[in-house]
Amino acid sequence: MTGNFPYLVVGILFVIGFVGLIFEKNLVKIAIAVSVVEAATNLFIITLGYRSGGSIPVWTMAGSGSSRMVLPTPQALTLTAIVIGLATTALLLSFVMTIYRHYGSLDVRDIRRLRG
Amino acid sequence: MSWQVHLPALLIAVPLLGAFLAPLTALGGKGLRNTWFVLVSLAFTLIAFLLWARVGAFGTAVYVMGGQSWNLALPSGMEVPVRILMEVDAFSAFMVLLSAVAALAGAIFSVTYMDRFSGLEKFVALYFLMVAGMFGMEITGDFFNFFVFLEISSVASFGLVAFWRDRGEALEAAFKYMLVSTLGALMVLVAVAFLYSKYNVVNMAALGKVIEWGMVEKTSLVLFLTALAMKCGAVPMHMWMPDAYAEAPAGVTCALIAVSQASLYGLFRVTYTIFGAFMGSPIIPWVIIVLGVLSMFIGVSMAVIQKEVGRLIAYHSVSQVGYMLLGFGVGLLALSDARAMADYGFTALKGGVYHIVNYTMYKGLLFLSAGALFYATGCRNLNDMGGLGRKMPKTMGLFMIAAAAIAGLPPFNGFVSKLFLYESSFAVHPVLAVFAMVTSVLTLASFVKIFQTAFLGPALKKFDNVREVPGAMLLGMSVLGVAILLLSLFPTWSVNHLVEPAAKALVDQASYIGAVFAATVPGGGL
Repeated sequence: MTGNFPYLVVGILFVIGFVGLIFEKNLVKIAIAVSVVEAATNLFIITLGYRSGGSIPVWTMAGSGSSRMVLPTPQALTLTAIVIGLATTALLLSFVMTIYRHYGSLDVRDIRRLRG
Repeated sequence: MSWQVHLPALLIAVPLLGAFLAPLTALGGKGLRNTWFVLVSLAFTLIAFLLWARVGAFGTAVYVMGGQSWNLALPSGMEVPVRILMEVDAFSAFMVLLSAVAALAGAIFSVTYMDRFSGLEKFVALYFLMVAGMFGMEITGDFFNFFVFLEISSVASFGLVAFWRDRGEALEAAFKYMLVSTLGALMVLVAVAFLYSKYNVVNMAALGKVIEWGMVEKTSLVLFLTALAMKCGAVPMHMWMPDAYAEAPAGVTCALIAVSQASLYGLFRVTYTIFGAFMGSPIIPWVIIVLGVLSMFIGVSMAVIQKEVGRLIAYHSVSQVGYMLLGFGVGLLALSDARAMADYGFTALKGGVYHIVNYTMYKGLLFLSAGALFYATGCRNLNDMGGLGRKMPKTMGLFMIAAAAIAGLPPFNGFVSKLFLYESSFAVHPVLAVFAMVTSVLTLASFVKIFQTAFLGPALKKFDNVREVPGAMLLGMSVLGVAILLLSLFPTWSVNHLVEPAAKALVDQASYIGAVFAATVPGGGL
């Protein structure tokens, strides 16, 4: 039962991020919501890769327990996803900054020149 | 082994090299940068063509990055494809070819179109990054790389949509596009993680081989479907599409269309190749069909009332994506039933595949001609235009070709693909065909409206100084114009050589999976 707690946390984080993305009115808060969803995703993959009693997948450091090495794929995936997440967050924040210069507001209700 | 074995790797390496060297070429001045822009675009188009020809001649190409084969047997005896795999079957090769043509046209057009602006070395770099990501999505053999390439092409395109950052609207559009795209990409990643959690592989062929039909797969399929439908602009999440397409520089929009087609490609790779006939219930095909019909109808009804040329054409993208979803949905519905497949399923698939190439060509041309109008007059609003046919006869001619093709007037290519779709969707339910036809009529109506207001009518005093756009822009538009004319003049050839192999590859799940597992013979990298 306790083994499933990480998944519960992932689910809660994902929902918090998703709800924030839809209902928040402030652009910075929306950017934060995107980051929360990102964190939930990364946590999900890391949790999938965890094997209790497993050792790191490096021959020289694995020691006697080397028969129970974990697959390194999830770690590799998460590292890549974190780097991509960093880039998107940076770009998102720079958009927020330039939008503020043009509209003088961070409220999505004021940023509505495109519609219909 | 001939050098052509390495074509899949070159297809990604060449645009990447183009992107990273673009800032350096700026040191050599404008001429060098523009030459580089066009030369690299020509190079990747050539590679795409060679790859397409090779796949047509020798069958599915499997390329293993940095190794002869993917073979890896773990101490536990488990055998999984762990290396980075590229797998190019006829459908991938077809997508690569048409995306390359669209990207080439956009590049040639942008050389003059963007000439008035600064920071172009960054523009060129982002353009090539976007193209590299797009090709990567279309030829990759595993899901995680699909996510990585999806993010590469998306992040580059956010920058390009917001390229005119002196316009608040462009930033607003880019922000919207970015939220939808980032959320979509994360959902793709979660879907991949779900599949990984059960099967411990991310390779598409390996997944297709072992997949079963359970709760985990259902969750993952729904996430894939939602995310990729968002990315290609199907109806409930279509609002980013008109904004981004209308605000991006025209040359970029032309390539962006191909990028959204790459997401569509991903959707069909997942549904046909991974799940395929395993998908027990008709719910998913019907969801795709309903999304398609809604996109068609809502997209076109929003388009008719638009006053801005770019937004009008962009709303048509929503409705055209609906046609493709309809075709592929009907094909998917018939997938598990051999008789239905022969009756109408394969026709629907052919229609869908054919519509992808037609759509990319004529929609690209429409956006380029809207860009040409903006370049010559500085206007975006239809109400301010009029009588431009006298000043810009060549643009008008090219616009006419594209408009006739999108409206599905008989000699043009749009007619053939729409006919396939009408026939096959009628067999499933007559209402679907009725919706498709009504959409087609409304499409014609809205293009008559653009044509009439922008090009016809008396010459306006304020447009006395307007001249025809420069040669490079016309050349870029002609690339697509010629492609449309060829597809229209040789419909039998294009159906037999371009469309059918792609449609066959899509339904032939076994050969996609077999190609990877056959490639394990030592030294048999291809």
